[in-house]
Amino acid sequence: MLEIKNLHVKLEEEDKVILKGVDLKIGSGEVHAIMGPNGSGKSTLSYVLSGKGGYEVTEGSAMLEGVELLDMEPEARAAAGLFLAFQYPVEIPGVGNMTFLRTAVNAQRKARGEEEISAGDFLKLVREKAKALKIDAEMMKRPVNVGFSGGEKKRNEILQMAMLEPKMCILDETDSGLDVDAMKLVSEGVNALRDAGRSFLVITHYQRLLDHIKPDVVHIMADGRIVKTGGPELALEVEQNGYADILAEVV
Amino acid sequence: MAQLQKQAQEKTDALAARLGSLDLAAGGFAPAARKAALARLESMGLPGRRDEYWRYTDPAVFNAETASESAPLIVEKPIFTDKDKVRLVFVDGVFDAAASDKPELAGVEITLLSQAGAQDIHWASALYGTLEAAGQKPVPRPFAALNTAAATEGLLIRVTGTAPKPIHISYRQNSTTSDPILHHCIKVESGAELTLLETGITGARSNIVMEAQVEAGGKLHHIRPQGRSHGKQLLTHIFARLAENTLFKSFTLSMNGRLTRNEAVIEFTGDDAVAHVAGACVGDGAFHHDDTVFVTHDAERCESRQVFKKVLKNGAVGVFQGKILVKAGAQKTDGYQISQSLLLDDDSQFLAKPELEIYADDVICSHGSTSGAIDETALFYLQSRGVEKRVAQTLLVLAFLAEAIAEIEDETLAEEIRERMEDWLHRHERA
Ligand SMILES: Nc1ncnc2c1ncn2[C@@H]1O[C@H](COP(=O)(O)OP(=O)(O)O)[C@@H](O)[C@H]1O
Ligand SMILES: [Mg+2]
Repeated sequence: MLEIKNLHVKLEEEDKVILKGVDLKIGSGEVHAIMGPNGSGKSTLSYVLSGKGGYEVTEGSAMLEGVELLDMEPEARAAAGLFLAFQYPVEIPGVGNMTFLRTAVNAQRKARGEEEISAGDFLKLVREKAKALKIDAEMMKRPVNVGFSGGEKKRNEILQMAMLEPKMCILDETDSGLDVDAMKLVSEGVNALRDAGRSFLVITHYQRLLDHIKPDVVHIMADGRIVKTGGPELALEVEQNGYADILAEVV
Repeated sequence: MAQLQKQAQEKTDALAARLGSLDLAAGGFAPAARKAALARLESMGLPGRRDEYWRYTDPAVFNAETASESAPLIVEKPIFTDKDKVRLVFVDGVFDAAASDKPELAGVEITLLSQAGAQDIHWASALYGTLEAAGQKPVPRPFAALNTAAATEGLLIRVTGTAPKPIHISYRQNSTTSDPILHHCIKVESGAELTLLETGITGARSNIVMEAQVEAGGKLHHIRPQGRSHGKQLLTHIFARLAENTLFKSFTLSMNGRLTRNEAVIEFTGDDAVAHVAGACVGDGAFHHDDTVFVTHDAERCESRQVFKKVLKNGAVGVFQGKILVKAGAQKTDGYQISQSLLLDDDSQFLAKPELEIYADDVICSHGSTSGAIDETALFYLQSRGVEKRVAQTLLVLAFLAEAIAEIEDETLAEEIRERMEDWLHRHERA
């Protein structure tokens, strides 16, 4: 599904190197987790994959189903099936949440040469998916993420993911700021989307999200590299001993 | 001193030249008011760049003896076509009876300025030039006085009941050198209500004045999508005087135009009245757009709102001069003013002069002025959801304009205005 090779990234504006050779291969239908200390480059990796400006790729590649992502505009990457649930979802005053969703769904359909979804079908679909995430009609009418609580913002990200049905989903610290109930809702939303044709990259600090969303593979990232890869037990190890032991071991 | 004398002499000379090109002898309705206006004009002269009130906008094209050539955009679709209304058409400032509906509406008297001279309609002779004269203080507005002195046509509208449908003043331009001077008087009597639509291109160069007096409990809604043309030189003044418990809402949409200055002079004379003046404008390239607003609170518990939004690209210039004056005794005044520009590139500029002058102690007044670029983070967020960059940009620009458009109460009219802006933005997406 996704294959990242030797990815090096620096900031465009300054000589600061953030990713120093990331290698990662995620198969179809797999769930991978990335854990790692703050500032190790996890968000940067997710931004670079989705095409955010301000970063410069100096080396390496990232292929989605055999197609180079790094050459595409962000919207083309989305149409190709990539989705990023933001660590900090963006507020857009003046743009209604519903308008935003419909614009996004139809834009992707158009890019794939499909017909626009009818207003009726769209409404039905949104209602069904929003209900599962306990997002009420009032929240759908509000401007995108404006005045939403932390938990509401994260649930809204998952709603977008459910509506857009991407192939490769990246979740950047979707669990941060969530209480236990919200975490369950979000996890259920994610698990409902698990499918043989869909892969996940779950970035998190904590084992507890991985109790709900069971990963196949766990990676540890430190200082711009993946320093260790293992099974779910690796997340438990981090939970119990922190990163210090693992980092000491790899240096 | 010599410098000041020289300046005054320049103004007098410019005025003499400007007046020379007008046919004042033709006279018309309200001869006394016209004579008084001419005297006012002669004492103030025409404005120059050194006048503080014209610091950001060069009055030269309005001072010029004749209009610069300007061709209308033929392609523009008529707006508000689905709305049932009384449509009155002016072509290059001349009333076109054949193209117009019958000027008849229940609860409303409609007379043409050019025909009023022959009739005995006292209400308009008391209004014509009166609010304009009052609006000359504390800031002189010479072109409004010139308008009162020289207007050749206009509508005199008196509303005595709730008008069952809007009156639509529909302007059209045929001549590339037309130079109309139109003067409308609107009087909304106690408890009466009117929606006034003003659309289209008035002429190559135009000087349009509207005096609106709203009596106790009256309501006046004014929606003005100014027609699209690149070369137009447009100067408008609205003078509104509001009695107690009145509502006045005016929204203006401007797209394109070499030079536009829309002045609004609002005066609260009765308590508990509400006035909202709003404007949305989009300009690309040779575009200079000036909103100049002066609100005087001279009564208690009145609410005024000024909401102006400008989207500028390719060297377009936006100007906002807005003042709220709260006189002593105008307690519990609620005054709000916001002017914002969205600069789509580094070449465009926004010049703003927001002012508050308050002589009452128990008031809430706020003003804010901002100038910024498209929010890159929001843009990326939209793109990451699959929305094309140019479409995402248009969505964000419309979001920026939304607060001004929200000032239009009628949902269907607001939607049409929004669509006009969207069409314009789509057409201008590439460059
Ligand atoms: N746009 C940016 N400007 C400046 N520094 C940045 C920027 N993006 C990332 N960084 C820096 O890069 C490093 C990695 O950040 P990030 O990818 O957010 O880490 P993580 O998500 O793992 O906490 C940090 O030191 C951070 O300060
Ligand atoms: Mg992060």
